[in-house]
Amino acid sequence: MSTFTDPYAASRDTTEGRVFSVTGGDWDSLVTEIGATKEERVVVNMGPQHPSTHGVLRLVLELEGETVTELRCGIGYLHTGIEKNAEYRSWTQGVTFVTRMDYLAPLFNETAYCLGVEKLLGITNDVPERASVIRVMMMEFNRISSHMVALGTGALEMGALSPMIFCFREREKVLDVFELIAGLRMNMAYIRPGGVAQDLPKNALSKITETVKELRRDFKDNEKLLIGNTIWMKRTAGIGYLDLAGCTTLGITGPVLRSTGLPWDLRKTQPYSGYENYEFDVITADTCDVYGRFLIRMSELEQCLRIIEQCVTKLESLEGAPVMVADKKIAWPSQLALGGDGLGNSLDHIREIMGTSMESLIHHFKLVTEGFRVPAGQVYSAVESPRGELGVHLVSDGGTRPYRLHFREPSFNNLQGTSAMCEGSLIADIIGAVASIDPVMGGVDR
Amino acid sequence: MSKEEEKDLGHGMFGASGTGDTSGYGGLVRTATTKGSSERPYGGYFDDVADDLERAYPDFSEAIERVVVDRGELTLHVKREKLVEVSLILRDKLLFEMCLGVNGVHYPTDVDRELHAVYPLLSITRNRRMRLEVSVPDSDPHIPSLVEVWGGNNWNERETFDMFGIIFDGHPGLTRILMPDDWRGHPQRKDYPLGGIPVEYKGATIPPPNERRSYR
Repeated sequence: MSTFTDPYAASRDTTEGRVFSVTGGDWDSLVTEIGATKEERVVVNMGPQHPSTHGVLRLVLELEGETVTELRCGIGYLHTGIEKNAEYRSWTQGVTFVTRMDYLAPLFNETAYCLGVEKLLGITNDVPERASVIRVMMMEFNRISSHMVALGTGALEMGALSPMIFCFREREKVLDVFELIAGLRMNMAYIRPGGVAQDLPKNALSKITETVKELRRDFKDNEKLLIGNTIWMKRTAGIGYLDLAGCTTLGITGPVLRSTGLPWDLRKTQPYSGYENYEFDVITADTCDVYGRFLIRMSELEQCLRIIEQCVTKLESLEGAPVMVADKKIAWPSQLALGGDGLGNSLDHIREIMGTSMESLIHHFKLVTEGFRVPAGQVYSAVESPRGELGVHLVSDGGTRPYRLHFREPSFNNLQGTSAMCEGSLIADIIGAVASIDPVMGGVDR
Repeated sequence: MSKEEEKDLGHGMFGASGTGDTSGYGGLVRTATTKGSSERPYGGYFDDVADDLERAYPDFSEAIERVVVDRGELTLHVKREKLVEVSLILRDKLLFEMCLGVNGVHYPTDVDRELHAVYPLLSITRNRRMRLEVSVPDSDPHIPSLVEVWGGNNWNERETFDMFGIIFDGHPGLTRILMPDDWRGHPQRKDYPLGGIPVEYKGATIPPPNERRSYR
């Protein structure tokens, strides 16, 4: 036993034996001390402030040597009460809240929410085609940017630095497209009940075509770097095994489910926003492991580009078509204008309501401050987010605000698979397994 | 097709419907509406689901309180005593392999059925969806746990307990999951205040969201 007190490594006697708590500092004295005891059961807290846990995720590991015998997740560090807050805002304002849940896939949150509101209103079929096509295009771009973070940070966490640089380079291009179209790079609140906040700017389609070309060229860098790479294979192949039975029991969807060989993708099986009109493949793998999930994400990038190209063709033929439902009791009074500093008021509209039409002003005021009423009832709407089934359960009491809003977050459910994937494996493999689930803690904790 | 049951939800100020009052001070009553039962035919595959369940489960009429079809979605209101039995049949005989979690809803004015738990189900094999709904009184908020049936409900039930105080009997470790362990109260209940402070901007004070005017 050491003769001095180490402020970072205290030990105390408990009924279950001697417990050592390490909070950093000098490990040498502790290692000597632990070596003196007979038991080798070590409980380690990994996270919540750990660079490799993919966010503020806390993993409580029980170790025997380097083998994990038990794993538990601690979550809730990012809980912000978005669901409760949305009950005090109008249905349109809800978009601004939900977009902040899964911050890497904001457009999926917005679409799932808006599809739910539209279902409650009974206007699903009234949403203009151009709005649906824009939604699909934005979502597919978002899938690329989200997968880029998943791949980049996943590789980074396992010690491969270069993929991260390539991935963030690609993601930046996608965010530029978002900035051009929605005015913001994240949390756009671009998709609104009934359509989208504003039409594409004039130069958007040429910029998108160019970006698609660049992305297709640059995706090859990561493919060359990682696919078949011996070190990468050793860190990922056969790691984080979870088969189909495990996935269905634990309610796991998305790339993890597709890595078991089941081609379950809501875009194909239960299409929404007109996904039935696009040609694309559902990518699967049959390895049930981290490498399979990595390959799925890599191949999905190309499918996203395919869908975006089809969107561009459709948008060209739908030039000038409306992007918001015709019902003026739901549609925002005017399209917003895009300025150098983001989305803002349309000056033409301000001129009209302030200068010429009193009725327009009243209508604007009523709709914006009070909002529209949504008939009572409950719905569940789901979209295929980059992480799996993103479901929204919406309850309305017939008022201007959601009565209850609940997000079925794929990250939340998928994270339950960590124990099943990791128990019995080495500590180092946890990193790969968690990265392959790709949980976003903003979505998990909401 | 379905009759509606209206419940008082408190009083607001704005949004007269059906009267000429546009002053906004009509002393309006807010109500929550729950859909009454639907009648056959339900349409789509919903009749098949109901038929299959009736065949596979003899206690159907006793266990299922209501069958509601609304906006193209099927909801079965199940008595809590029968929830596990019905779930097992739905999983094994009707092939609803996946339960997408559980979500609570608090209807404070729905006397003796204040707390609702809603389970969205998904059948991958048959590409079908449906929903189970269980309601319990606030004074006795116990619902049998479905973790044994769909293991993935573990965290979801913990979340619903955390947010609504519904106690899932038989859950392997029903503790708070999002809120801190020593938190008091269940934040998503309607009687739990949102909180917030007034904000002053250019001399005007804006009250916190839950104290602002509410419209209906």
